[in-house]
Amino acid sequence: MQASSQIPHDVSYLDYKGKYKGLLAWILSTDHKRIALLYMFSIMTMFFVGVCLGLAMKLELIAPGKTIMGAQDYNAVFTVHGVIMIFMIVIPGLPAVFGNFLLPLMIGAKDVAFPKLNLFSWYLYIAGAILVISSVLFGDGSPDTGWTFYAPYSFRTGTNMLPAIFGAFVLGFSSILTGLNFIVTIHRLRAPGMTWTKMPLFPWTLYGTAWIQLLATPVVGITLVLVSLERIFGIGVFDPALGGDPILYQHLFWIYSHPAVYIMILPAMGAISEVIPTFSQKHVFGYKAIVASTLAIAFVGYFVWGHHMFTSGMSGTAQYTFSILTFLVAIPSAIKVFNWISTMYKGSIALETPFFWAMSFIFVFMIGGLSGLVLGALATDVYVHDTAFVVAHFHFIVFGGVGFSFFAAIHYWFPKMFGRMYDKTWANVGWIVFFIGFLALYTPMFYLGMQGMPRRYYDYLEQFHSANILSTLGSWVMTFGLAIIVINLFRSAKSGAIAPENPWNGKTLEWTVPSPPPVENFDDIPVYGEKDGPYEY
Amino acid sequence: MSQAIHHDEHYDAEGSKIGMWLFIFTELLLFGGLFVIYSVYRFMNQDAFHLAAEELNTTVGSINTIILLVSSMTIAMSTSALQKGQKGTTIVLLEITLMLGLIFLVNKYFEWGVKFEHGIFPGSQHMLDTLSQGEILFFGLYFVMTGLHALHIIAGMALIGVTLAKVSKGTVHPERSALLENAGLYWHLVDLIWIFLFPLFYLIH
Repeated sequence: MQASSQIPHDVSYLDYKGKYKGLLAWILSTDHKRIALLYMFSIMTMFFVGVCLGLAMKLELIAPGKTIMGAQDYNAVFTVHGVIMIFMIVIPGLPAVFGNFLLPLMIGAKDVAFPKLNLFSWYLYIAGAILVISSVLFGDGSPDTGWTFYAPYSFRTGTNMLPAIFGAFVLGFSSILTGLNFIVTIHRLRAPGMTWTKMPLFPWTLYGTAWIQLLATPVVGITLVLVSLERIFGIGVFDPALGGDPILYQHLFWIYSHPAVYIMILPAMGAISEVIPTFSQKHVFGYKAIVASTLAIAFVGYFVWGHHMFTSGMSGTAQYTFSILTFLVAIPSAIKVFNWISTMYKGSIALETPFFWAMSFIFVFMIGGLSGLVLGALATDVYVHDTAFVVAHFHFIVFGGVGFSFFAAIHYWFPKMFGRMYDKTWANVGWIVFFIGFLALYTPMFYLGMQGMPRRYYDYLEQFHSANILSTLGSWVMTFGLAIIVINLFRSAKSGAIAPENPWNGKTLEWTVPSPPPVENFDDIPVYGEKDGPYEY
Repeated sequence: MSQAIHHDEHYDAEGSKIGMWLFIFTELLLFGGLFVIYSVYRFMNQDAFHLAAEELNTTVGSINTIILLVSSMTIAMSTSALQKGQKGTTIVLLEITLMLGLIFLVNKYFEWGVKFEHGIFPGSQHMLDTLSQGEILFFGLYFVMTGLHALHIIAGMALIGVTLAKVSKGTVHPERSALLENAGLYWHLVDLIWIFLFPLFYLIH
């Protein structure tokens, strides 16, 4: 460790001057904190594109008939919206940004296990993003299959599918490498004395997530390769004309893509499990139950993929099995909710912005989760399958769950990341506007779905008009709230009040280093004693 | 002093090996998807798979199997040689491993070439006209799975090549042998996958 002594301990990672200057100092840095910010800015850029596409869809649906685009354009918009939001934002979102930044800090390490591999994953992410975007800009029309690339349409349509499919493959590879890196980091680099049961909950959820990334992503990888080969050479595997079975594609796709939902939601739950004890100033209730439920979700999540295919053609036995297993996932999720609520009980609650986000997370997560049971039950699923109800459900879970948790996390760790406090008033205003807009945008879709409005159509019957207007208005309010949040954070990063080392009186290790942290994180690797723990208030 | 140099100072052989094992899991699952597809279609088209498998040349397949098994042995020997400090032997054994990998690919090239000459390749009109759907599926899977395996052979050879260069330069030595051991692990994986592909395509009738 001779070289490390030459990096000054009082220089923050933001101010550090290494071998390279300017932009190169960032895109060639193997510092996990800089890579985290690289991810954050790339994800924000893609999120901006995704939001614009979402707004375009809602604007199209403000009135029946063609408003701003026709059927083909609408197909392309919801496909690209889905691909961007799923593969580039919610899957890497919390692990790549907050996982990268905080995992080494929270377990008392100087960096992740493989820093160069970490930077390489970011390059893969960028390559995948460029590929997907290129499918829109070049070739014969944007992809129009939906983000699931269902066979046989994905190899029959004349649009520019290959770059989009290959882009998703590359993004998956980036995700695998991040997961691999985190598993090794957690196994090898925990501070001395930090046993598994003393590890904070956010690293625990990253651990569960990393295993899913590692074990599920290769399956979708090979599936995407096969569908590309089907398109280029006609190998026949998914092509009914050559003896293949398109349903097999759906199985293989969802074997990954359902666990992927837990790649999204587990770290989100982890961030909430950090925010709530800190702002309740109380030991988290049922630490071991939360850990066990994390692992249970990761495990059971592998065996529920069939619930995406209840109407695709499966045996009755398979349907019952998948339905029961789906109900099982609700149990560990509910355990977590009870634990969060119990943590608040008799706590000394500080009403700060991250806490508001965490509260609203629980609210939308409950709605999203319970509506998931409606879809997991066979009889009701057949009724609402492929309606706006499904869209409402997964936006409550994926955008409501992951998005709200992301905003809770960014406000919570903002002082640590940038060394400055955000403006509290504007942050709270942004939250409430966003929350109202969110509910106005997605709640009407539950109603519309129950009334029978199908998803993925640019047009609808007159009877669905009023609820759609409310939904479109909601999309504007929500985007307005989003703008307040983002502008506030950017302004605060530049000129907010200087943040102390530990503004929230948190007890996890990231609060023991200066804000922003020095390049090497810790002068001396911290040691956990017998009585130490992450939530000892 | 750059950060990169600092990170090079951090050396954790155990961590690197865990990393490689995890990566091997992902590779197994990647091929696992294909094995699932193979078994589904074999079950659905038993007679056609039986017919199509007779088209494959068992002799070439057996030779390639022996080549890969020997190459697995030579790379395992190179690890032992490095641990004993015999740098020269290590290099020779790695070179033999590379050579065997290359011979495997050459055999594969000619094997595929013969199929192409007979009009057997994905998307060929000859296949559509003369073969049943089950046979088309068999050959589709044959080309995808052996092709993907050949790509892994190439990736493994690249990894061995890098290791070879580092052994010659002296940056991989008995105290820092994780790269060589990882290259060996990966090469064994590539070998292992072939051990499953060989009976599935060539031997079961």
